[in-house]
Amino acid sequence: MIRVFAALVARDLRLAGRVGGSGALSLVFFLMIVALVPFALGPDLNLLSRIGPAILWLAAVLATLIGLDRLFQADDEDGSLELMTASPAPLEIVVLAKVCAHWLTTGLPLALASPLFGLLVALDGPATAATALTLLVGTPALTFVGAVGAALTASIRRGGLILAVLVLPLMIPTLIFGVSAAQAALGGTIPFATPLTILSGLSLIAAVVGTLAAAAALRWGE
Amino acid sequence: MWTRLANPGHFLRWSVALTPWLAGAAALTGALGLYLAWFVAPPDYQQGETVRIMFIHVPAAWLGVFFYGSMVLSAIGTLVWRHPLADVAQRAAAPIGAAFTLICLVTGALWGKPMWGTYWVWDARLTSMLVLFLIYCGIIALWRTVEEPNRAARTVAILTLVGAVNLPIIKFSVNWWSTLHQPASILRMGGPTIDPTMLYPLIVMIVAGTLTGIALHLYAMRTEILRRRVRTLTIREAERLDPGASVMVAYPAGPSA
Repeated sequence: MIRVFAALVARDLRLAGRVGGSGALSLVFFLMIVALVPFALGPDLNLLSRIGPAILWLAAVLATLIGLDRLFQADDEDGSLELMTASPAPLEIVVLAKVCAHWLTTGLPLALASPLFGLLVALDGPATAATALTLLVGTPALTFVGAVGAALTASIRRGGLILAVLVLPLMIPTLIFGVSAAQAALGGTIPFATPLTILSGLSLIAAVVGTLAAAAALRWGE
Repeated sequence: MWTRLANPGHFLRWSVALTPWLAGAAALTGALGLYLAWFVAPPDYQQGETVRIMFIHVPAAWLGVFFYGSMVLSAIGTLVWRHPLADVAQRAAAPIGAAFTLICLVTGALWGKPMWGTYWVWDARLTSMLVLFLIYCGIIALWRTVEEPNRAARTVAILTLVGAVNLPIIKFSVNWWSTLHQPASILRMGGPTIDPTMLYPLIVMIVAGTLTGIALHLYAMRTEILRRRVRTLTIREAERLDPGASVMVAYPAGPSA
């Protein structure tokens, strides 16, 4: 079981690396959104540093959506998904491995690179660290919720738009607690730990519900 | 008895007899409720005549949630028993629930303008209803995207259940978010408890709304069953005319067919 998991993660990472690096691309997309916001709001550094965590989180939500529609669709098209379904390993392990690989190529780079982008919106040291930590803890929830949508729309052509419509409402709790944890670190009445703990809880719930639901969607969607 | 009643053919027979009675009862209670709401219930000492919007607003909110609940039950029916009537019930419920949620949002906005001075505030309840409406929209969109009805039913059923798990979490987090950003300064929702002179019309209106909703639901289910029969007949006709191409028409999804 562990070997199947590791093999699938390695395969997806290798695919992501060879097909032109979806990780690098979503980083560029992330940077682009962060760069667009000052054009819309004006270059006021005080304002930007106040809403900085919100900008980074919104960018993370949108960047997670990139490439999500291909998560299962690519395998569905070339037939490898059927091989995985027919393999003795439970489909849940397959889903878990694919989602982990997807997070390693999108969510993790975003969280690691966010201190760099924090400079662009004038976040100070502690706020940058706090935002990076919330992104690290919270982006798995985004990816798992997104995986449900990806599994539901796996066999739909041009499923990208409907995928966004389906999963964005379900990402609201993660966004709320991610931003409020980061804001709490900027100073406020709430201790930093409370929203952060809830955020980690949301990630764990999303990991369980997302894996089961995505596997069910792949199994029964045929 | 339930299996018999749930057979689509039987369903078409008993629902055709039941629907007029339900619609009639809904019209009667609705007329009674509207009469009570317009002429018997007093204007509120603070809100004046605008309080009467509540008699539409509250039943609509209840029905928006009620139909999501019925969709969750249908989704379980679809996934556990693979019952075709559950598919039909779920599909028919989505637009009705979305419509009632929209009515709730619009009447709330109309009430909010004179009372709060704005059509929209980012209050926890308003936001939760908006998110519910968005989820309804996603479900309807998914129904329309997947062509093969059985596959669409199972796909939507999973989405409905995931949404049902998420709705309490969304409700909780939106509450947290709203109290964090905006303490209840404008709203006095938990203020004075409601007076009996307004409570009874409200209850009558809720009953009327529920009867209307169920009548609409039965009617929509009948339409959906008939639509499926037409679809099957069309496919058979196409198969008869052109046996080779029919598989492609019926199942554009792929090799599993």
